[in-house]
Amino acid sequence: MEKNKTSFLKKPAVQTLLASLICILLGLLVGFVVLLLINPAGAWNAMKTIMLNFWTFNSTRGQLKNLGNTLVKTAPLLMCSLSVLFAYKVGLFNIGAAGQYVAGVGMSLFFAIGMKAPWWLCVIMATLAGALLGAISGFLKATRNVNEVISCIMLNWISLYLVNMLLAPYMDINMSETWSLKKNFPAAVLPTLGFDKLLNNHQYITLAVPLSVVIAVCIWVLLTKTKMGFELRATGLNKNAARYCGMRDRFNIVLTMAIAGGLAGMGASMYYLTDMIKWPMAVTAVPAMGFNGIAAAFLGGLHPIGAIFSSFFIQHITDGGSFMEKIYPAEIAGLISAVIIYMCAFVLFFKQQMNKDRRSGKKGGKAS
Amino acid sequence: MENQYAIEMLHITKRFPGIIANDDITLQLRKGEIHALLGENGAGKSTLMSVLFGLYQAEEGVIKKDGREVKINDPNDANALGIGMVHQHFKLVECFTVLDNIILGVEPTDKFGMLKKAEARQRVVELSNRYNLQVDPDAKIQDITVGMQQRTEILKMLYRENEILIFDEPTAVLTPQEIDELMQIMKNLAAEGKSILFISHKLAEIMAVADRCSVLRKGKYIGTVNTKDVTMEELSAMMVGRNVNFHVEKPEKTPGKVILDIKNMSVKSHSHSGDAVKNVSFQVHEGEIVCIAGIDGNGQTEFVYGLSGLEPLSTGTITLEGKDLTRTSIRQRSLLGMSHIPEDRHKHGLVLDYTLEDNIVLQRYFEPQFANMGFLRRNNIRQYAEKLIEQYDIRSGQGPITIARSMSGGNQQKVIIAREIDKAPSLLIAVQPTRGLDVGAIEYIHKQIVEQRNRGKAVLLVSLEMDEVLDVSDRILVMYEGEIVGELNPKTTTPEEMGLYMAGAKRQ
Repeated sequence: MEKNKTSFLKKPAVQTLLASLICILLGLLVGFVVLLLINPAGAWNAMKTIMLNFWTFNSTRGQLKNLGNTLVKTAPLLMCSLSVLFAYKVGLFNIGAAGQYVAGVGMSLFFAIGMKAPWWLCVIMATLAGALLGAISGFLKATRNVNEVISCIMLNWISLYLVNMLLAPYMDINMSETWSLKKNFPAAVLPTLGFDKLLNNHQYITLAVPLSVVIAVCIWVLLTKTKMGFELRATGLNKNAARYCGMRDRFNIVLTMAIAGGLAGMGASMYYLTDMIKWPMAVTAVPAMGFNGIAAAFLGGLHPIGAIFSSFFIQHITDGGSFMEKIYPAEIAGLISAVIIYMCAFVLFFKQQMNKDRRSGKKGGKAS
Repeated sequence: MENQYAIEMLHITKRFPGIIANDDITLQLRKGEIHALLGENGAGKSTLMSVLFGLYQAEEGVIKKDGREVKINDPNDANALGIGMVHQHFKLVECFTVLDNIILGVEPTDKFGMLKKAEARQRVVELSNRYNLQVDPDAKIQDITVGMQQRTEILKMLYRENEILIFDEPTAVLTPQEIDELMQIMKNLAAEGKSILFISHKLAEIMAVADRCSVLRKGKYIGTVNTKDVTMEELSAMMVGRNVNFHVEKPEKTPGKVILDIKNMSVKSHSHSGDAVKNVSFQVHEGEIVCIAGIDGNGQTEFVYGLSGLEPLSTGTITLEGKDLTRTSIRQRSLLGMSHIPEDRHKHGLVLDYTLEDNIVLQRYFEPQFANMGFLRRNNIRQYAEKLIEQYDIRSGQGPITIARSMSGGNQQKVIIAREIDKAPSLLIAVQPTRGLDVGAIEYIHKQIVEQRNRGKAVLLVSLEMDEVLDVSDRILVMYEGEIVGELNPKTTTPEEMGLYMAGAKRQ
């Protein structure tokens, strides 16, 4: 029995990181080409704007303000990506993060405005709403073998229109959106715990940002260090073996989807309870946050810690995109992330390329 | 002088990082012969075939076709040279018909690109008559027997006019009757001038069908012999490198008290509306190996599912050491002393993408020694895994952190056996524990099973292999169409008598 010391480049973590970086580079390249096609003169500057985001501002004040804005939006994105990757590790594709997120929005705002509840209750209710939605998909999968993708997509729309109905009475008619929490329901706004001080008393920075990072770490611990994670991953990798070993495979599927849904729902409350965003009247499209979570999850190599960075990165270039000169559509940033996500599908391919030797070596290894 | 060899692989050496998979191997296949390639799992048979198919390039050595040196860069080159292969796991499209599968990739078309199926069909019927390969061209793959699927694969090669036919462990999936048929088919093919390479580690089959046999061991070429000049024992010694004891050493032992008591057990079938297991009752005692024999598909799988808790019973009771298990969960049964070596080690036995150590604790990860306050105790798991690896001689590339998928079949099975036996069960259920393994591993596993019996455990062995049943068991129960049709004594019964019960021709 020989113990091969794996070289630096062959380490799975390094490979995932490299593959993700390659995806990012390719995505940026394609974005740049599109910018060139639209207007070659300003393309380089526009690209710089996307990349730099808040650094394009000259004053420290402006920089901190915009960095803060990006961070506030990163928190829900990270939560959605955690939702997707958690389910994915258990062999489920939670495309329903979008709908669970919407349910979270609905519950946050309903309890904040309709019930005049304190922030923590709003967060709990949002989490539960997301979890319930996830559990429905999980239950259908476990008992009736309904593909979770199908049920999730349908639930996305169901949840969207239910939330429209639920929040209809709480609209500020002048603004065509839900009431500002800060002005009318300050108890429902997330506490800052002093984190706003770090960014020049940023208006919207709350405990949500650090909390989302803590939760990412918790998810990592849950998946890799605990008995529950052991069971859930075993169920995801081979549900027959899990069943044979006496694990409750069906229950595990429901539980997984409930946790995934809870993460997305909680993410929504972490954003809407900052008062930076409101729910507009009669929304007709499921907010992109949940879907972007899929992108962030894959770009982060389906690793909770990777998701922290990938979520920030995607939010970073998206915000950067909005600062470009107006001759360029802000959607360029969307295009870049789209290409990156597309490339993420090739992460596996890149990894295989890097592993080519090792794979054949493995086959040979059997002969020992 | 005319060249007598269809294919020659001369002095082939293929290295992988850290290992020489093929070390100076020579394989010469004569025209019209059946040539067996014998070797244990991991001896380098697959690598050699991958070199022949252009999947790997050898570092040294040449390949000759009809005496001319050829270069095979990819499987297309191999096809062009008339080399075809029936893989162990068939490469068929389940929802296509037999005919569609045969012509797949070489569909005859007219100038508008429309399929000319009638023509193809005629050729397939001709071929199947000529070689006596009975298939129904219009049946879908998913509806036909494994034997017919294999004949479809053979027809695929014939349709492509391949001259060199490679069979990769073709009998692993067949019933005894189908194996006999296949042997006859291979002889017919050879008589028609096809050259056949037969990869196997089943000695009896090689002796029955092959003209010559080349043996590989640990990547090295051991030699080529005429099968009529050697005995099975000599062949096995060549393959394993030592003498293998085919007969299982087993001291006399009087069975003790009843451990497992099954009464009127029935289990529903998945394929039809009735029961797959019908009203089965029997007991297993301490220090006794009871074997359930029978041809595959006679309810053995469902019986084990019912017994282990994977499927509910429709009627009947299960009692283990006086405790009623009929309605208990799988976990509960395991905790009460039932161990189960499952039939399909990839489907049930292992989480292939988990590490060796994680698979070792798969049945016990929740015990206080391995989990505390919901957190896994990694150090204890590592120590326990290392102990079992040592004790059961489980070989792997990286020890406890080896991914189970990368291990050889025999060692994967050892992981399961170590896990199930070390749980100290009162009842060990072993379902086809030696399936697909080489003689060395089989010998080892039989020893372990007998060891459990000697220690006073009750063992229930479910097997399709006649030799295994006769060698290992203390008592044989034959299952036919879900019923126990006979109880036989391995000391007094003969394979012929057992065969009659297994085929349903006789019952007690």
